[in-house]
Amino acid sequence: MSLLSALAKQKIDRELTKYPADQKQSACMSALAIAQDEHGWLSNELMDEVAQYLGMAPVAVYEVATFYNMYNLKPTGKHKVTVCTNLPCALSGGVDAAEYLKHKLGIDFRETTADGQFTLMEGECMGACGDAPVLLVNNKRMCSFMSKEKLDQLVEELKK
Amino acid sequence: MIKLEIDGKAVEVENGSTVMEAANKVGSFIPHFCYHKKLSIAANCRMCLVQVEKAPKPLPACATPATEGMKVQTASQYAKTAQQGVMEFLLINHPLDCPICDQGGECQLQDLAVGYGGSASRYQEEKRVVVNKNLGPLISTDMTRCIHCTRCVRFGQEIAGVMELGMAGRGEHSEILSFVGRTVDSELSGNVIDLCPVGALTSKPFRYSARTWELSRRKSVSPHDGLGSNLVVQVKVDKVMRVLPRENEAINECWLSDKDRFAYEGLNSAERLTKPMLKQDGKWTEVEWNVALDYVAHALANIRNEHGADAIGALASPHQTLEELHLLNKLVRGMGSNNIDTRLRQLDTRADGQVKGVRWLGMKVADLAALQSVLVVGSTLRKDHPLLANRFRQAAKRGQQVNVLHVADDDLLMNVANRLIVKPSQMADALAQVAKALAALKSQPLSKSVADATANIRVSDAAQAIAKSLADKEKVGIFVGNFAEHHPEFSTLYALAQEVARLAGGTLGFLGEAANSVGAAAVGAVPGSKGLCAQGMKSQPRKAYIVFGAEPDLDAADGEATLAALYTAETVIAFSAFKHAASRYADVLLPIAPFTETAGTFVNTEGTVQSFNGVVKPLGDARPGWKVLRVLGNLMKLDGFEFNSIEDVRADIAADLQGFVAGKLNNAIGEVTMNLAPATAGVERIAEVPLYAADPLVRRAPSLQKTADAKRAATAGLAPDVYDNLKLVDGQSVRIKAGAAEVNLPARRDPTLPAGTARVALALPETLALGAATTLTLEMLPVAVTIGHAAE
Amino acid sequence: MSALNYGPDAVILKGLTGENWRLKDYEQRDGYAALKKILKEGMKPEDVINEVKKSALRGRGGAGFPTGLKWSFMPRSFPGPKYLVCNSDEGEPGTFKDRDIIRYNPHILIEGMIIAGYAMGIGVGYNYIHGEIWADYERFEEALDEARKAGYLGKNILGTDFSFDLFAHHGYGAYICGEETALLESLEGKKGQPRFKPPFPASFGLYGKPTTINNTETFAAVPFIIREGGDAFLAQGKPNNGGTKIFSVSGHVNRPGNYEIKLGTPFAKLLELAGGMRGGKKLKGVIPGGSSMPVLTGEVMMATDMDYDSIAKAGSMLGSGAVIVMDEDTCMVRAAERLAYFYFEESCGQCTPCREGTGWLYRVIHRIEHGQGRPEDLDLLLNLADNIQGRTICALGDAAAMPVRAFVKTFRAEFEYHIEHKRCQVKTGGYSNAAEPLQMAAE
Ligand SMILES: Cc1cc2nc3c(=O)[nH]c(=O)nc-3n(C[C@H](O)[C@H](O)[C@H](O)COP(=O)(O)O)c2cc1C
Ligand code: SF4
Ligand code: FES
Repeated sequence: MSLLSALAKQKIDRELTKYPADQKQSACMSALAIAQDEHGWLSNELMDEVAQYLGMAPVAVYEVATFYNMYNLKPTGKHKVTVCTNLPCALSGGVDAAEYLKHKLGIDFRETTADGQFTLMEGECMGACGDAPVLLVNNKRMCSFMSKEKLDQLVEELKK
Repeated sequence: MIKLEIDGKAVEVENGSTVMEAANKVGSFIPHFCYHKKLSIAANCRMCLVQVEKAPKPLPACATPATEGMKVQTASQYAKTAQQGVMEFLLINHPLDCPICDQGGECQLQDLAVGYGGSASRYQEEKRVVVNKNLGPLISTDMTRCIHCTRCVRFGQEIAGVMELGMAGRGEHSEILSFVGRTVDSELSGNVIDLCPVGALTSKPFRYSARTWELSRRKSVSPHDGLGSNLVVQVKVDKVMRVLPRENEAINECWLSDKDRFAYEGLNSAERLTKPMLKQDGKWTEVEWNVALDYVAHALANIRNEHGADAIGALASPHQTLEELHLLNKLVRGMGSNNIDTRLRQLDTRADGQVKGVRWLGMKVADLAALQSVLVVGSTLRKDHPLLANRFRQAAKRGQQVNVLHVADDDLLMNVANRLIVKPSQMADALAQVAKALAALKSQPLSKSVADATANIRVSDAAQAIAKSLADKEKVGIFVGNFAEHHPEFSTLYALAQEVARLAGGTLGFLGEAANSVGAAAVGAVPGSKGLCAQGMKSQPRKAYIVFGAEPDLDAADGEATLAALYTAETVIAFSAFKHAASRYADVLLPIAPFTETAGTFVNTEGTVQSFNGVVKPLGDARPGWKVLRVLGNLMKLDGFEFNSIEDVRADIAADLQGFVAGKLNNAIGEVTMNLAPATAGVERIAEVPLYAADPLVRRAPSLQKTADAKRAATAGLAPDVYDNLKLVDGQSVRIKAGAAEVNLPARRDPTLPAGTARVALALPETLALGAATTLTLEMLPVAVTIGHAAE
Repeated sequence: MSALNYGPDAVILKGLTGENWRLKDYEQRDGYAALKKILKEGMKPEDVINEVKKSALRGRGGAGFPTGLKWSFMPRSFPGPKYLVCNSDEGEPGTFKDRDIIRYNPHILIEGMIIAGYAMGIGVGYNYIHGEIWADYERFEEALDEARKAGYLGKNILGTDFSFDLFAHHGYGAYICGEETALLESLEGKKGQPRFKPPFPASFGLYGKPTTINNTETFAAVPFIIREGGDAFLAQGKPNNGGTKIFSVSGHVNRPGNYEIKLGTPFAKLLELAGGMRGGKKLKGVIPGGSSMPVLTGEVMMATDMDYDSIAKAGSMLGSGAVIVMDEDTCMVRAAERLAYFYFEESCGQCTPCREGTGWLYRVIHRIEHGQGRPEDLDLLLNLADNIQGRTICALGDAAAMPVRAFVKTFRAEFEYHIEHKRCQVKTGGYSNAAEPLQMAAE
């Protein structure tokens, strides 16, 4: 029984075309991202399947999954919100934005709201310091210049 | 060559050498943890930082290439400061609990910390704690001690060929682990214990049983597979506590298989036989040696007198020493019998008359690497020969083409060039195909018998590809494995392998079954033209048997029938280190010393003679087998049993043992009738000897019996078609029938098998009833019974 | 949308609106003219490299290594594949210039890479894009499709016998993958753990094959160099510091953002372009080249020009061109603590001094910041920095040590005040951010 959908496999296959045929492992990061998009997080079974699909040792996949910050090794809330608090952002309100969210959602970093809607994460530099405060929703959507109003709006929007 | 200077000493090294290698050459010790000469360079511990003239910063000796004119200081203040800085970092998160650490006394970190560490720690935060992992029955973990040198990870990737351990996480949170709770199952796994420079990975069986400084270290040689790995046996008060590798580049390098490393547990088994015993009126009683031997001498004399010497037969284990087998042979022949065999698992001996000498590897183990193309015929390679497999693995990385003809597509954890996987009955046919294709490629005629036999066979693509690989290369080896030696058509396979080797202009070799298979044959502990082989002694039961070191029910090809023969005998004399089934069929049990309790000699598969001394004194009243045989020879008034020492026995074999053996090695075989059998109906049995069931000692090593390999051995692996036809659920048991016999085993779908086959092992009590049956009938059990645990 | 304001000197970012990123727009801006020039005029690969050498272009990724020279290291007659890799893993805190190239002018990067491929005889390239800028990764893939369809990428480019293909690969959150060998490991589908050098990527790179790695901005400068000539590019800057450079200005300025200026432009001018100090506050300190580089005081910066040599003379490094501006109300201990935390978090963990040392550095600064500092801590920090720097596999160790050392040395009094008074000297006690402090929920 396969955990990865046919669509996910198709996407992985597309990634595989980028690399030499004997270097399937190169698609490991994409494959994990694709798997995570589909399931929300990377269960052991899912990592095992990715390993099989790419012909890798499962522990090598696990190494990758645990090395990069954006993989979720535990289930997260429906919306994982990662706020950059690194120095350049902090100088322009990054930490304040994070504090505001903590307060608003009633959770600390690495916690999930009781309703399972939000997980809050502290992020490192996202390469967007000019737009501080910045945050990332579910790894894919970057939100810039997050004033209090925009944070409120975002939370409202995501709650829906 | 590059000339450079290390600590003021001029040295010359090969191009591509590192500073570390240059320093080793002049004897400058550079502290290090991650560096290991057999592993890739990681340069991650940074302990080996040295001062290099003109370099702006200290450089790691292990990774820095030596360059012409380089001037290196390994112990200048500058280098020392760097090394001490690293040591301080290593220690901040390392527990300082050496007194309770199993590595205490043999810890590289502990040793170096004395030389390079500071006195008081400047680090006052809390130390990191890392949870331990369960890596299985052999390796114990204390991960807080890990210094992240990644030697264990690299060992898996590079030597074992399977990455079972990894370093997950990042930065300070990095930890060595296996994939979520999986055990480390490689047959070479124990080497990570040696590689770990600290006490993070230690031996589970040895754990807490002794402190290293209480142990004395004695040299020995492994009694298990044909490689003859060199051992250091560690002993505390006459008990073997642990076995470690003794480095021998030509044989085991610095490695040991898990079997060689952990089987010592069997030495301390509760089943050890420590007293001579006699069965009188159906009851066993302990007796003194002289009583027992008197009984034996009389019993044998009686049989000889009543039935003739030919009524006596000897079944001996090829795991016994050269000296023992020599004396046993002398004893048997001295009595006038020629019925002696050590090839208990060899079903097919019809070509015995055609062999020209003692079969062996055909070359030195170390020379395997130079071959460009090899064909391995009928070998459960990784399990039967873990370190030979590693030789091929390393060679394959450097371009050796490894071709495989076997009955299962086992993952050899190496790059296999071509594989020809067939049912057991089709092995000879498959090998004949290779010969036929090779003859065509080389435009050479096949020998007549092969030509006749192959006239009508069709060459498969895989056989063609293998032939091409062999034809294209200059240095070629054909290696016959244990499975082929146990095959009912071994003679055909042997002759065909010779033909393939001849056509390819390559060398024919035998991987070698047991620690002393070569030695046993060299001293003549095989029947020769006049005697009965083990099979003969089974099918034509004798009146008396000497069972020497073997457990025929498990060590013979057809244990069930052999047992039956033993039951019918008038007397059975069992020499053994262990109590075993002989207590049911024998009338005398003689406790002989295992390899650690006697001096002896093994001749390994490459024909190297390796003598060793006992490392502890015999347990209880056990005695070295050669001494027992000597006394028995005297009691029976046989000639040539006057020995005062083991050296005398060796001299009795030959003045120059090595030369004597070398003179016998010869793989040539004469004309043999070819039997290319048609495929049989029914499910064909793949009857392997599981690696941890192969000899009496390893059978009694509890930790090895808990490994995944051991657990899997006691299951039936079914080819996908067989499995699916039965509509089985994993772990469900099947009834396996052969004739009237039947056994039940948990089933497992085994995609490596060719259609219509099932792996049902030999050498296990669970499968004993099936004897040497080659075809089976399988049935689903009416209720889903699960016996034991099916391995995953 | 009106033009984005990258300053009057912009070359790479010239004429961008944020919308005009497509192929047709790029072609209107003379896009792919350089490539056509090479292929039509049959410019020899050596000549391309010479042009780049002439331009005095230095790597924009941080180390400032002369690009033309790097390209000339690639073995010419290597049998088998060679690779070209673009480093768009922009993660050095304060740096956000490559993102603008990728999202607003992707074809300039593509063209630059094709030319580089041509110059070094490489057939395949990868662009490794920082994981957090997903939308930009997707846009880049779209741009690649456009280029492929138009015959700029793939087999027989523009009908010649030169073939080159280019693929995007995304990161997933690891700063260390910006280090070139970690990036290669990551591209191979492994953890991003840097490799020991030598061997260098030019001999043992991606999949063990010769590989050249450059930063996004480095490649993006190439079309101009070929189109207008190396001399023209050099003239944009000053000798040994050729061309314009994009500086990402963040922190306490009125208009944080990217500004592309001629190398050698005074810092004061850059500050002015960025709208001056936020809230009119006094400039206290600047990290002129990304978080890994030593911090300098405001005074020193105001007297320094923005080019490799001048900044080096002032005691820091131009690095990736990330200018982090801090005003008088910034707590330098807290700033140092945050950066130390970053390196601690991002250490890959393979080599001892970095794995163990970055955590130690952070913990000591953390305790100083939290009022538990000890007088000997400052010397301990400096000594730890010494024990890390120069002793690690990759430069992350240096990157962690240098800022700590610079913060302690340059603002030692502030650290001492913290230790002695167990609190902060500046009134905000933190990151200041005076002008528009985010309205905190006061409750
Ligand atoms: C820790 C570390 C992080 C780095 N991060 C980046 C980065 O994000 N982007 C980049 O282009 N170079 C980065 N570099 C520099 C690269 O290793 C490499 O020098 C550069 O990509 C070469 O390109 P260039 O010559 O065009 O500058 C980093 C180096 C280190 C040591
Ligand atoms: S310096 Fe740090 S990041 Fe670089 S290799 Fe060493 S541990 Fe990894
Ligand atoms: S031994 Fe050289 S860095 Fe570890």
